Order: sequence, then structure tokens, then C-alpha cells
Amino acid sequence: MTPLLQVEHLGKQYRLPRESLWHSAPVVQALHDVSFTLQAGRSLGIVGESGSGKSTLARLVMALESPSSGRVLMNGHDLHALPPPALREARAGFQMVFQDPYASLDPRQRVGRIVAEPLTTPDPQRVVEALDAVGLRAADADKYPHEFSGGQRQRIAIARALITRPKLIVADEPLSALDVSVQAQVLNLMQDLQQQFGIAYLFISHDLAVVEHLCDEIAVMQAGRIVEHGPTEHVLRAPAHACTRALLDAAPGSAVIL
Amino acid sequence: MSELLAVSDLRVRLDTASGPADALRGVGFTLAPGETLGLVGESGCGKSMTALAVMGLLPDGARTSGSIRFQGHELVGLADEAMCELRGNRIGMVFQEPMTALNPLHTVGRQIAEPLRQHRGISAQAARAEALRLLDRVHMPQAAQRLDAYPHQLSGGQRQRVMIAAALACGPDLLIADEPTTALDTTIQREILDLIAELVADSGMALLLISHNLDVMAQRVRRLLVMYGGSVVEDGPTERVFERRAHPYTRGLFGARPRLGAGSGQRLPTIPGRVPELADLPVGCPFADRCPWVVDACRDAPPAAMPVGPAHDARCIRLDAVT
Repeated sequence: MTPLLQVEHLGKQYRLPRESLWHSAPVVQALHDVSFTLQAGRSLGIVGESGSGKSTLARLVMALESPSSGRVLMNGHDLHALPPPALREARAGFQMVFQDPYASLDPRQRVGRIVAEPLTTPDPQRVVEALDAVGLRAADADKYPHEFSGGQRQRIAIARALITRPKLIVADEPLSALDVSVQAQVLNLMQDLQQQFGIAYLFISHDLAVVEHLCDEIAVMQAGRIVEHGPTEHVLRAPAHACTRALLDAAPGSAVIL
Repeated sequence: MSELLAVSDLRVRLDTASGPADALRGVGFTLAPGETLGLVGESGCGKSMTALAVMGLLPDGARTSGSIRFQGHELVGLADEAMCELRGNRIGMVFQEPMTALNPLHTVGRQIAEPLRQHRGISAQAARAEALRLLDRVHMPQAAQRLDAYPHQLSGGQRQRVMIAAALACGPDLLIADEPTTALDTTIQREILDLIAELVADSGMALLLISHNLDVMAQRVRRLLVMYGGSVVEDGPTERVFERRAHPYTRGLFGARPRLGAGSGQRLPTIPGRVPELADLPVGCPFADRCPWVVDACRDAPPAAMPVGPAHDARCIRLDAVT
């Protein structure tokens, strides 16, 4: 069976502005030879410090940028080799949820329109279904984002991701802008949606406790490479790489026995 | 006089688009010299508002009543000039986002020296030497070179060290840290919290730490105040609050966080409903609409503080039922 997502030897370089006329522009290697596979309906957590390449990886998987080397295969098709019309069609299969629900929703558009945006043809019934799936009411479609709390806004962002009935959702720190009690609600929602619709998650976070809660597998990134990858329980119980141990030690609460 | 800071019945009313809002509804606590106190709660509960009130930095149009006594002086209603004498001098402050709190146009050396020039009136040269000593004190790598650096040339953790150095410049008696590590990576978070703990232990200053992160609180403060809807709903020694969780909100908050080592799969307990708007807080207990133990009497009047144990109380009339 072809896996849902296959990332093969992915690399990404960014060229920085020239510092002087006589030197070539410096190059940053943001990703080095990153490979993994994600099966349908499973979830993979990506953890690591800022600058370790987590978000670059997310942008490449979402085909928002092109890799310098390597391939991203979605259902066996090389995403970055698809012609634009085919890519547009394929995009219905993978959606993204961003960190800050205050910045990722257009304040001048009604919720119904925001949620319907990924659809090629308007379909009010699908909007109602998507809102219902995240626990919002049909009447909420006529409101503007500012009328909602942070947790509700993140539900709207998730509804927008769900509307194309994707097989994969890439979530980049979707909980870190939310309060503790609201985090729990959104985390439960993501779990329910996974069971209900068989969605796979690529879940980027710096919070190991959240990743442990949601993800079957965990990949630890450092300086653009995956330094450790395995079943969540195994990696957290017996971390093999120094970077994983440092993250575990630093996790607030790891030293507290309650 | 054994108290450094004594806050009693502090009320702050703000004018908002949706009418007057009671941001603080009778907050009270005391802080002894060298003591560490934590304020924990979710957005809009009033924890930052409490810190701003102590620092005299409330937004324009805020109406304050009650009392904030710092070293015996009343701060409520104090003139701006007198407040400026204290701020940055006897009271040091560290904010959440060091990039916005630091001036991008000035070198870090100048910004650390600013409170010294302001409050001590020392020469530029002496201030620079002192700034270097302070950068060393906060364990800034290559402190001498960093003195002439601009904030954008530093990492987030280094910027927060600069903020702490500036807060320490005048040897304050009280350090207020409002979410000092929220914008930082987990490993850097720990370094900064360790640094603050070390400085507090060495200098004997008191610490008022504000955070939404319960795990940070467990390790860093002796006493913990849980805030909700503009009031302190539970107040006690940190380990007692963690053990007893007397107030229903404390219980909900502690239960809702995912814990490392808890395994995966099971649902997290959540608090139903949402945080009430400050503009239309209920007359009675602010948590009544979300509380599983609510009875009619809860909605009649704001509950008084009930003793839970030694130096530990909670504002709930149903303490016996909450188990």
C-alpha cells in the first residue's frame, strides 16, 4: 500500500543577502536529508528548538516552497513535479492549521466565507458540516472573526482545513497561542476528528506533553536534520540522542512529581 | 513592618468598547522581603493587570481603588514623578517579549545603564562599567563584546538576559517578571528561570512571577495565587495548592493540561464553557457558569475567602463538596 506521505532525502537551502561585493552570498542549509513516511490516519509529531527546520519542513510538505533536493510524495505523486493545475487539485488532500488564530483569519470576511475559501465551487451545506464538525453553530457563519475567542478562532481555522475533506493536516504549533483549558478542548477535537474522518496529522510543536498525547510517532529535529525518530512512547521513555534528552530535561514539569 | 508589598481590595475599572469592565475585583495579597509569589491564570483573568497596577503602568482612563503599599508607601494615587522614582529603581520589571521591550535603536549597554543614569546620576563611563558587570552577572557570553551590540544582533534568550540585567541595575527590592519565558524555546526557558532563581536567592529581592504555565510555577515559587475573572480564587503555599486544588477552577485548570508521561489516546478533561467577558461578569462567583458544583447561592454574591489550611484559602462556598 502506498503511504499517504513520503518525504525522501529532503533538503532546503536559503541564500542570504550578499554581505560584500567580493564574496558570494552566504547560504543557510535549513534542511538536510530529511526522510520519513506517514501512513493514512496516523500522526507524526515533529519537535525541536526554534531554527531546527520544523516550519521549513511544513512549508515544503504543503508545497508552499520548493525543495533544493529530495522529493515529497503524496499518495505516490511527487508534489513538486506536478503541473500547477494538478497541484491545485491535489491541494484539496492536504491542509494546514497555523499557530496564531488571530493572524490566520481575514478580519474583514465572514466566517462562512473564510471556511469556504478552499472550495472551488461554493457549497453552503459543506460549510455547515465543517462548522458542525468543530462544534460551532451554523449561525456562526454570518459572524466576523473578532466576535470569537482564541479557541473558537482555532476551531474556525480547523473547519477551513476540514472542508475539502483532506487526508492530511499539517498543524504548525496550533495550540501555543491558546490558554490551557482551551488547549485541552482543541486537542480533544483534533483527536475526535482523526477518529471520525481518518485524518493523518503532521503535528509541529515544542511541547512534548502535547505531542505525547496526540502522536503515534515522534521525530526530533536539530539543525535541519532528524536526529531521532520512533514510536512516541519509546522515544520519550528511552531517548537515544542528546538533543532529545535535552528537550526532555528542559520540559517544565519533567522534574515535578505530583 | 515585615511586608515589602501589601495589596488589599485592589479594584481596577477600565472603559472598553462594550462598556465599563472590572478588570480587578478586590485582589489582595502580601509579599515579604525575599519571598517568591506566583500569579497563575488564563488570559483576561487579571494577572498582568495586577502587575501593571503595582508598577503604576495601568492604561489611561483606568480607575483604581483599594490599596497597594510598597515599603510602607501607598502607591494608589501616587503622583507620576514619585512613581518614576520607584520604577526601575526599587521595583525591577521583566516583560514577555524582549524584542518589543528593548529599544532597537540603542545599544544594549546604553539600555542597561539607563536606569543607573536616571536614578543614580552616575557618569556615562561609570555606568558603562556597571553595565558590563551586570551583563557578566546575567551570564551573557562574551559580555564585553555584547555591550555595543544592538538588540537585533542577539538571540531571544540573550535579549531576555539584557532585560534582566537592566531590571537588576539599581538593585531592586522587588522583581516583577510577567511571562518572562513564554516567547522562548523550552531549553532557553529553563536557563532564564534558573538565572532568575539564582539572582533572587543571591540578592534577597522578592519575586512576583506571572505565568500561565503551572509547571513553571511548581518549580519556581513558594506561594501561588490562582486568578480567575479578576479575583484571586485560591491562595496558598505552592505545594499545598498543587496537592489540594481546593477551588473548582484550580481543579479544572490542573486537570486540563496534558502531562508528560501520561501516555496517549485518552481524552483530556476540559472546563466547559468559556472565560467570561470582563464587561459582563456575573454578580456572584465568576466561575459559577462553568462549575460542576454550582448551586443557586453561588450566583448571589462574590464568595468570601474560606480557609482551606494553614495560610491557604479559596473563594468558594462549596469547598466541602469539591473533592
